[in-house]
Amino acid sequence: MATALASTVVVLTVLVVIAVTSPGWDEFRAKFLDGDLFWTSLPEIARAFRLNVKIFSISEVLILILALGIAVLRSLPGPVFFPIRLLAIIYTDVFRGIPTILVVYMLALGIPALLLSDANWYRSAVVWSIVALTLVYSAYVAEVYRAGIQSVHPSQEAAARSLGLSRWQALRFVVLPQAVRRVIPPLLNDFIGLQKDTALVAIAGPVEAFRQAQIAESANFNFTPYLCASLLFLLLTIPLARFTDWLIERDRRRFLASGGS
Amino acid sequence: MASAVALERVVKSFGKLEVLSGIDLDVAEHEVVCLIGASGSGKSTLLRCVNLLEPVDAGRILIHGDDITAPGVDQNRLRRRIGIVFQAFNLFPHMNVLENVTLAPRKALRMGAKDANERGIELLERFGLADKRDEFPDRLSGGQQQRAAIVRALAMEPDIMLLDEVTSALDPELVGEVLGVIRDLAKGGMTMLVATHEMGFARETADRVCFLDRGRILEQGPPERIFTAPSEPRTQEFLRRIIEAGRM
Repeated sequence: MATALASTVVVLTVLVVIAVTSPGWDEFRAKFLDGDLFWTSLPEIARAFRLNVKIFSISEVLILILALGIAVLRSLPGPVFFPIRLLAIIYTDVFRGIPTILVVYMLALGIPALLLSDANWYRSAVVWSIVALTLVYSAYVAEVYRAGIQSVHPSQEAAARSLGLSRWQALRFVVLPQAVRRVIPPLLNDFIGLQKDTALVAIAGPVEAFRQAQIAESANFNFTPYLCASLLFLLLTIPLARFTDWLIERDRRRFLASGGS
Repeated sequence: MASAVALERVVKSFGKLEVLSGIDLDVAEHEVVCLIGASGSGKSTLLRCVNLLEPVDAGRILIHGDDITAPGVDQNRLRRRIGIVFQAFNLFPHMNVLENVTLAPRKALRMGAKDANERGIELLERFGLADKRDEFPDRLSGGQQQRAAIVRALAMEPDIMLLDEVTSALDPELVGEVLGVIRDLAKGGMTMLVATHEMGFARETADRVCFLDRGRILEQGPPERIFTAPSEPRTQEFLRRIIEAGRM
């Protein structure tokens, strides 16, 4: 413990000294670490950050449902369901393959441009950004779910079917509850990624934290507002990351306590 | 009257390996038939075929005269009449004992929670597990888990029970409590098809013993004859090895 603390202090001190003694330090401090600007721009960036929270909260719920559906479709056995499995495979391949920023761009700008409706929600870039993030992250989360489904031993399904439960009932009451429990940590991991990626919505216009920081930056010719935005993201992602690690550690301890079976 | 279970020239292969090579077997109502034979002789596969957990490649299986291997058979319905208990217990680890026992009555038979619980508790009491009903499977001993698995199968009130090496995964001192339960079932008149390595149990409980070898029933008869005067050389060889291993 003492050693860890000492080495951390030494490393940090060296890094700070390198930064402070660098030739561009004064300029850097003025452009990136302006204390006054930090506090004056923080409230409006924090207000804009509420949009990020809204976007990822809604997306996460939608992702949990859509991804589970895709994972279940992809786990359907037998040749009859091959076309469905194929569609699910194409979906996950396509949406994991395209950069998220492009999906957001295409949907949030493209779909309203089709002029299919005059409704406010239809013309909202936020709505289509949520759809874009849901589509992309569901592709990842579906694979996480699928890994969980496959990790449940086939004898569990056999036991359920042997009692007269239908395939769907076996999945619903026996396989999925065990699968979902096992994949909660990796699933939260993907959600940490999603929370950061809400900043991508800025390219389609909505004023969320990153966009608001950009506005403040160009108004003041100073980069400090980005520091505000970064800290706001950390405020949410770090607790979630710690919680995820805690869950993983707890599962590991339980696994060891049960004799590793 | 039709046999409780009848297998007619049943063939089952996994890839190129033929595991069952034309099995004929009749089990009468209330009869206890023990399947013995070396590992890989096809005992487990035979049971899994009767439960339709494995589809047969050829031949027929009839339950009380109904061909269950015919196309279009409602497998879920059929399985409710046939209980199976596995070597590895296969309890549902995310449910407590009572939930394990009541899941199928509630979902497959659409029984109300109250009735299912009453039936479950009654069965757990009968098999000495009443105090374990709220425990999760990983808190139970192997013997208790296997008894819970038997109760889980019985909760569907099956006509026939299939037991697949149900004591093989147990520590020796826990074997007795599980065999005791099976003996009680036999005394109660349950029709049973039992794959087992417990020769003493087979000898004392079975009405008939079938020796399986390379996917065929090589020899069958009353236990006293199979165990004391087997006619086939391979049966003699198998029993000699069992005795040498101190298992009989």
